[in-house]
Amino acid sequence: MNSWITTNLWLLPAIPLAASLVILSLSNARRKSAAALAVIGQVVALALSIFAFRSTLQTLGFRSVHNFTWFTFGENALRIGWVLDPLASVMLAMIALVGLCIFVFSIGYMAEDKNFTRFFAYLSFFSGAMLGLVIANSLLLLFVFWELVGLASYLLIGFWIERPSAAAAAKKAFITTRIGDMGFFAGILWLYGRSGTLLFYDHGNGCLESAGLALLGASATCVALLIFCGAVGKSGQFPLHVWLPDAMEGPTPVSALIHAATMVAAGVFLVARVYPLFSFSAINGVTPSLTVVVWIGITTALMAALIALAQADIKRTLAYSTVSQLGLMMVSLGVGGVAAGMMHLVAHGFFKALLFLGAGSVIHGCHHEQDIRKMGGLRRLMPVTFLTYAIGMMALTGVPFFFSGGWTKEEILHATAHWPPSQVPYFLLLAGVVLTALYMTRQIIYVFFGNRRAASQHAHESPRVMTTPLIVLAMCTIVFSVVLTPAWPWLHGYLMGETPIFNMARLIQPTLFVSLLLVSVGIALGIWVYRKAGAQDRHRPAETDPLEYAQPELFRFLENKMWIDELYDRTVIAFAAFCARLSDWMDRYFWEGLVRAVAGLGQLFAVFTTNVDERGINAGVDETTSGTRGLGRLISSAHSGQIQTYLGVIAIGMLALLLLYAWLA
Amino acid sequence: MTPTLQIFLVVSATLFCIGLLAALSRRHAIFILIGIEMMLAAANLNFIAFWRFSPQSQQPIGVMIAIFSIAIAAAEAAVGLAMVIAVYRHFRTTNVDQLDQLKG
Repeated sequence: MNSWITTNLWLLPAIPLAASLVILSLSNARRKSAAALAVIGQVVALALSIFAFRSTLQTLGFRSVHNFTWFTFGENALRIGWVLDPLASVMLAMIALVGLCIFVFSIGYMAEDKNFTRFFAYLSFFSGAMLGLVIANSLLLLFVFWELVGLASYLLIGFWIERPSAAAAAKKAFITTRIGDMGFFAGILWLYGRSGTLLFYDHGNGCLESAGLALLGASATCVALLIFCGAVGKSGQFPLHVWLPDAMEGPTPVSALIHAATMVAAGVFLVARVYPLFSFSAINGVTPSLTVVVWIGITTALMAALIALAQADIKRTLAYSTVSQLGLMMVSLGVGGVAAGMMHLVAHGFFKALLFLGAGSVIHGCHHEQDIRKMGGLRRLMPVTFLTYAIGMMALTGVPFFFSGGWTKEEILHATAHWPPSQVPYFLLLAGVVLTALYMTRQIIYVFFGNRRAASQHAHESPRVMTTPLIVLAMCTIVFSVVLTPAWPWLHGYLMGETPIFNMARLIQPTLFVSLLLVSVGIALGIWVYRKAGAQDRHRPAETDPLEYAQPELFRFLENKMWIDELYDRTVIAFAAFCARLSDWMDRYFWEGLVRAVAGLGQLFAVFTTNVDERGINAGVDETTSGTRGLGRLISSAHSGQIQTYLGVIAIGMLALLLLYAWLA
Repeated sequence: MTPTLQIFLVVSATLFCIGLLAALSRRHAIFILIGIEMMLAAANLNFIAFWRFSPQSQQPIGVMIAIFSIAIAAAEAAVGLAMVIAVYRHFRTTNVDQLDQLKG
């Protein structure tokens, strides 16, 4: 049983990919078939992933690999394969379950869209690629699926092809992640060059196992940092975070699936997967590469939380929230809390997808209005959405006890507090917790409380096909918290390969009080600051945010995303444009000039040869022939035909001979 | 006075020149033939002169040469006349100035 699933783990990405291919061949009219195929593919993937999950429960620290040779070149062989271990199996389960909820949601959300079929084809394609990414046992195979996921993201962000902003956002996403991927690929090359293998686990010879790591030696730090570049790009860490908010141009289910739950999690997953590279020769759990991860993570977390405070679009707030939470996960991985980071990843997948789908439900209900300043009072109009959204919000803010996000955040805080090099990340993280509570409270108040403003006048609850996934995800969020509590750290033990011990006493810890305090402070602060926001007159849709009223310049700074996009515009993009113009100039004048010069040389040679031919050779020949002809004419003029002339010449000749004879004698 | 060899040679040379002159300057073809005859006659005279004043004047060497030469001259005159007649039949003229078809 165990080996069956391991050998056939390839079915997990293959089935949704196959479904995607089939859907692509369907015409636009066959919407039901497309949706059915996609959902069935996802259900099969879910069943298989649950099956895989069950097989990993057999032993502690289960890891089963299946490697094979892809092709050989000379003496070397390129081997790839897949691995089934706790890390992969929780990711599989999450991707399959969240994906299924989102697929079902999309049936309702995209019902009026005329490219319904194409949407499900792309969604299935993405799902297959993401599933493949988490089971890959070879860094190269992972990279292949990494790029496929990036492609799916590009196709889905730019799904509404008639919108130039969507196309620009898709391009931006792809190019920004590409920059990270360049570093990633360099890391892969370096790793392969040094250790000779790209397999992760290969019965002791893989690059993450002791033999492979020993071959790497001191270059492990650089390789890890290069691979981290890819994670920075894909997970939207600073400085490559600029694509994530723009990616909200895509349909909301896309934002939920890709940019909340799964694809952006791929970066964090990558770091967790190649963690032995990062933690190689760690002193007290600290290495240079991990330190870099922590600092980048905390910068991202804080920066994004600040920007989220000033956004007016419901999805942008959530996008920046995602960026912030990803930074948090990176911090967790960096300080050594790998299990805590992965648990937060899984929990975040659930509640962020829930929040995005809730936002999608709100947008759908308000007839595609996305500005929160134009909404309000939806609490009574859309009760199910409100309830599930509130659950998601509490999970995100980190309210403990019932909501998964709370426990995982507490674990991360706990791990960060005990980081040897510095306590600064811990305090910044505390500030981040307050900010998270603040901006989520702000959003909830604006959207669901207060008077109904412009777009909420004709709002209605979404159909059952859309609210059911919301309810499912909300329940998952709550139920999931059971396995996350410190009292019974089942998931922690599962991920780390330890036996979980049930101990109620561990429920009460100092960090619990700290996080409880901070969350309450944050929510209370949010309610107090934004209490009037919801109560504005319904005839004035765009009110001034209380923060904007208090600190206009700071608000403007945050609202414009700290001007980072503009900075990139002026520097990197301007440089690229300059290079393009330079290349164009070089091409147009320099290279063309050179080519023309060479052509000119050829022409010169041709002219020279022509002249030699015409004036030299031809003329010479002509002259010779005319000379010969002239000579001939001259000589033939001696043939006058006159007999007496001939006779005379004979006589004269004879006379000359006679004289000669006489003179000689 | 006794005729010396030189006198004979001068005479034959004079005769030859007159014949040459006739051959070179007359337009009529027959006249050219006459000139040629005169040149042949001069040559004959030359032969006889040299024979008469040679030590072997007893044998008729010179005479024999002269007779042969006359016979050849006659044959050649006949051929020449035949050619003149043939040419006349074709070109209807005996003016050698007009017979320049071999001009090239």
